[in-house]
Amino acid sequence: MNKQQILYVKVAVWVLALLPLARLFWLGFNDNLGANPVEFVEHSTGTWALVFLLITLSMTPIRLLTGQVWQIQLRRMLGLFMFFYACLHITTYVWLDFAFLWDELLIDVTKHPRILVGFAAFLLTIPLAVTSNSYMIKRLKTNWKKLHQLVYVIAILAVVHFLMLVKKDLTEPIYYAVALILLLGIRLYYKYQAHSKAILKAKAMLKT
Amino acid sequence: MIILSKSAINPTNIQPSEITSCEVFDNRRHFIKAAGFGLAAGSALLLSAKARAANVAGGALSNGTTEGDGRLLGRANASAKVDKLATKAGARIKINDYKKTAYGAGEKVTKYEDVTTYNNYYEFGTDKSDPAKYSSQFKSRPWTISIEGEVKKAKTISIDELMKLAPLEERIYRHRCVEAWSMVVPWVGLPLASLVKWAEPTGNAKFIEFISANDPQTMPGVRSPILDWPYTEGLRMDEANNPLTLLAVGLHGELLQNQNGAPVRLVMPWKYGFKGGKSIVKIRFVEKMPLTTWVKSGPNEYGFYANVNPNVDHPRWTQSSEKPIGVGLFGGRIKTKMFNGYTEQVGQMYAGMDLFNNF
Repeated sequence: MNKQQILYVKVAVWVLALLPLARLFWLGFNDNLGANPVEFVEHSTGTWALVFLLITLSMTPIRLLTGQVWQIQLRRMLGLFMFFYACLHITTYVWLDFAFLWDELLIDVTKHPRILVGFAAFLLTIPLAVTSNSYMIKRLKTNWKKLHQLVYVIAILAVVHFLMLVKKDLTEPIYYAVALILLLGIRLYYKYQAHSKAILKAKAMLKT
Repeated sequence: MIILSKSAINPTNIQPSEITSCEVFDNRRHFIKAAGFGLAAGSALLLSAKARAANVAGGALSNGTTEGDGRLLGRANASAKVDKLATKAGARIKINDYKKTAYGAGEKVTKYEDVTTYNNYYEFGTDKSDPAKYSSQFKSRPWTISIEGEVKKAKTISIDELMKLAPLEERIYRHRCVEAWSMVVPWVGLPLASLVKWAEPTGNAKFIEFISANDPQTMPGVRSPILDWPYTEGLRMDEANNPLTLLAVGLHGELLQNQNGAPVRLVMPWKYGFKGGKSIVKIRFVEKMPLTTWVKSGPNEYGFYANVNPNVDHPRWTQSSEKPIGVGLFGGRIKTKMFNGYTEQVGQMYAGMDLFNNF
C-alpha cells in the first residue's frame, strides 16, 4: 500500500472511530438514551474504549498471521482513540454519574475493587498517550518499547474491570476476555516458534 | 393500620426539578385515545389495538360503571375478560377501585415509561431492557398462589381472590436498588399483613418464604443457571406484618406489566429492590430463616435483611448515594437515607440488632 492509500485509510478510520460518539450525541439530542442515560453513556464509552484497545492490539497478530505490515501504521491512531473513549468514560463517571462529589468518589474508587481496577487501567494509559508522539519515541529510544508494553497490563485490567462489573451474567465480558486471550495467545505462539527455530539453528551450527 | 401524617412519611430530599414529572395525565390521554379508537371501531378492534386498555375493578369486580373513558365490564364476566386481556402482551388494564393514601404524598413519581422499561427481572434476561422485551410470552392470568406451611389455611387461592382480601390502595414508595439507583413508584396493592391474617399462621411460623414463577417456556432467563431458580425471597414475620409491606398488583393505576412482576409482587420500600419477589406462585410459612436466592448466590454481598443502609457498603456499589432515574444526564445523585427514609415506620423492628453484620 502506498502513502496515498494509507492516508485514505487513516481518514476513513478516523471518521469511523468517531461514529460511536456521534451516535451518543444523536441519541442524547433525541432523548433516546433510556431510563438511565448516564449508565448508558458510561457503558457505551467504556465498551468502545475496550473495543479500540483490542483493535489496537490486533495489528501485530494480523502481521504475524498474514505478513501484512501496512496496518501497523494505524496503531497509534487506534490507541489514541482508545484513550479518547477512556477519557470520555472517566469523565462520565466523575461528572455525570458522581457529579464531582469527591468524597463519594474517593469511597467508590477505594472500596470497590472493580472501580479500582478500572481506575488503575486508566491511569496507566496516560503515560502511553503522552509518549505516543514521534518526538517522545525518538527521545525514549528502547525505553519507549518497554514503556508501551504496559498496554498488555492495561488490557488485562480493563477486561477484569468489565468482568467484575457484571452482577451475575458474565456472557458479554467473557467475549472480550476470549478476544484478548486470542490476541495475546497468537503473540506468544509466534514468539515461542521463533525461539525454538533459533535453538534449532544454533544446534545445527554447533554440529557443522 | 396506623395512618401516618404527611410529614412523617415524606422525609424526602428529592427535588421536584430532579424527577421527571408525573405522567398520569399523559397516560390517561393515551388511554382515552386508545379507548376512543376502540369504541369507534368496535370492541373487537379495541382488543387488537396496540394500546389495549380496559377498566377493571381491583379487589371487588367492577360494579358496571365506567368513567366514560374505557370499556364497560360487567360484574359476572369481568374476571374472565381481564384474564383474556392480560394474556395479550403489553395490555394496559386500568384499575378502578383503589383508594389513594397519604403514603408518598408530595413525591414526584417516576414516569410510567421508565418504570416499565428499566427493570431487574433476571427470569427475562439480565439487561435492564430485557424484561420489557422478552416477557410477552409470560401468562400472568389466570393465576393461583399456593399458601403452604405453618398455617391453618394451607390452600391455593386465585389472584382475584387475593385481590379481594383487602381494599386495594395506592402507595407511592421510593424504590432503592442495590445497584445504587432509585425510582418513586405509585404501587397499587394490599398489605401483606391482610394475607397473613387470612392464612392464620400457627405459632411455629417465624418467617415467610416467597417463591416466584419458574417457567422455562415463557421466561427465557431461567433457561440459563444464572441464579438458582426459582427465585426465592423471605421476610421475618414482623417484617411481613409491617404496614409498609405491600403485595403489589399494579402501578400507575394499572395492573402490573409482566416486566414489573405481574400479577403480584412484594414491595418493601425500606429494603433493596431484590427483596421484592415478583410473579409469586408460592407463599410458605416456615420456622427457619429461608435461604434466599441472592444470599445463596453471594453470601458476602447480599444479606437476608438487605435493608437500605448508607453506612454499610456493598463490594460493588457505593450505598451512601444513589442515582435517581428520570433526572436526565445532568441530574446528579442524591444521598441515600437509612432504611430509605422509612426509619420511623421500620426502625423499631431492628432495634438492638447489629446492622453491620445483619446486612
